[in-house]
Amino acid sequence: MSVARHWRETPGRYNLVGTRCGSCGKVYFPRRSLCPECRRASLGKMESYKLKDEGTVFTYSVIHEAPIENSILKPYAVAMVMTGDGVLITAQLVDVDIDKIHIGMPVRAVLRKIGEDGREGIVNYGYKFTPKS
Amino acid sequence: MDVGIVSYGAYVPRYRITPAEIGRIWGIDGDAMGKGLLIHMKSVPSPDEDVITIATEAARNMMSRCDVDPHDIGAIYVGSESHPYAVKPSGTVVAEAICATPNLTAADLEFACKAGTAGIQMCMGLVGSGMIKYGVAIGADTSQGAPGDALEYSASAGGAAYLIGSGNVIARINKTLSFTTDTPDFWRREGSPYPSHGGRFTGEPAYFKHIGSAAKMLFSEMGTGPKDYAHAVFHQPNGKFPTRIAKELGFSDVQIKHGLLTPYIGNTYSGAVPLGLASVLDNAKPGERIFVVAYGSGAGSDAFDITVTDDILRYNRQAAPTVADRLKDTVQLDYGRYAKFKGKILMGGI
Repeated sequence: MSVARHWRETPGRYNLVGTRCGSCGKVYFPRRSLCPECRRASLGKMESYKLKDEGTVFTYSVIHEAPIENSILKPYAVAMVMTGDGVLITAQLVDVDIDKIHIGMPVRAVLRKIGEDGREGIVNYGYKFTPKS
Repeated sequence: MDVGIVSYGAYVPRYRITPAEIGRIWGIDGDAMGKGLLIHMKSVPSPDEDVITIATEAARNMMSRCDVDPHDIGAIYVGSESHPYAVKPSGTVVAEAICATPNLTAADLEFACKAGTAGIQMCMGLVGSGMIKYGVAIGADTSQGAPGDALEYSASAGGAAYLIGSGNVIARINKTLSFTTDTPDFWRREGSPYPSHGGRFTGEPAYFKHIGSAAKMLFSEMGTGPKDYAHAVFHQPNGKFPTRIAKELGFSDVQIKHGLLTPYIGNTYSGAVPLGLASVLDNAKPGERIFVVAYGSGAGSDAFDITVTDDILRYNRQAAPTVADRLKDTVQLDYGRYAKFKGKILMGGI
C-alpha cells in the first residue's frame, strides 16, 4: 500500500471514523462521499462519524493459509464485528483463544500493526479487535 | 499552582515466558537464574505489537478514565529505547490515535529506562509555566536482550501513560529532582539490534549510586524519611535491585509491594516505573504519599514526591483495566514461539 493511501485512511484505521448521512442518518464504514440510499439528497450532507469501539462478533473464520505478511500470526481469526452503531466491520481478532471465539462475543477495538513495507518501509497501524474484559 | 496526575493508564501484553524455559534452550539453570533475579516470568509482545501500539493502548486507557477533551492536550512525549522508527516519531501516531492532533507539540525521548519519567518532568514544566493545559508523558518499551545473554531473562514489554495537569489532580506532585552523571553501564549503538552492558558495573556505581543519591536528595529537600510514605516505587531491572535499595533506604516490603511488578512481568525498561506507579495508584487512598525513583542507564535518576488527593475518590478507575487485570489471563510461550514473536527467526520472502 502506498504511503499516501495509508495516510489518507488513518482516521478510519486508527479511530474507526466513518461517515453518517445527514439526510437519512445511516452510518457507513469506511467513509463514503455519497449515501447509496439517498443519493443526490445526501450530496454535501455526509459528515464524519466516529464509530463506537465496542461490538460483538457477528461471524468469524479461522485462517490457516495466510498471506505471507501475516504468516507469522497463523492460525488467526478474522471476524465480522457488529459495532454498537449497527455497522459491520471486518477485522482480525487478537489476544484471543481461537477455541473460545463465539458468535455474539463482546469485543473492543485496539490499535495494532497491520503490515510493514519491508524492513525499510513504513509501518502501517490499524484496528483489530480483542475480547472485551 | 498544584501540578500533578489528572489521569493514567497502563498496558502489558498478554504473553509470558519463564526464565526456566529460556535457560532450557541455552543450557543454563534458568530456574535458579529466575530466583536470583527474582523474576518468575516476563511479558512478551505479540508480533503485531510495538512501542506505538503499547503507548496507544496505555494512552487510550488514560483518556477513558477522565473527561478531558483531547484537544486540550498541548504536548505528548513518548519515552522509550525501542521506538519502531529511528526517524519518525512514535508520539504523532499516539496523538492521532487519541484524537489530540493537531494543536500540540510531540517528541520522542530516550534515556534508557527513565525516558518516561523525564517526560513527566517536561510536562510538569510546561503545565506549571502555563504554556499548556495538559501534557501526556508515556514510558513504554519492547526491550531487547541478546539471545543467551543475561538480559534475555528480564527484558520485557509494557507501558503506562500519564496525563499531567493542574486541575482535578488525583495525585499532586510535590517535588521532582534528578541526579545525572556520565556512567556507561548499559548502551546500544545506532543500528545494533541488542544492547550491551557492563555486567556487575550496572550495580554499585550505576543503579545503586544514582537511585540512592536522588532518594537522599529528595528526603533532604522535603524534610522527610521513609516512614512518611505509604508507597515507594523504584526502577526494577529485576526484582532484586529494587528490594535491596528499598531496604537500604529504610523502606519495608509492604511499602514496595504494589509498585514492584518485575517478578511478574520482567523489566519493561521505560515502562517500569510508570507501570509500578500505575499499580500503586490502582490501590492508593486519599492522603497517601508516594516516593518514586526512576533510573536510566547512562546514567540518571528522577525522583518524585507525590500525594494522593481526595479527587481519586471521584476518579473513574474502573473505566480501564488495572495493572492487576493485565496480569491475569496470560498465555505462556515456549522458546520457539517466543523466538518467532520477537523476530529472532530469519524468515524468507518477507
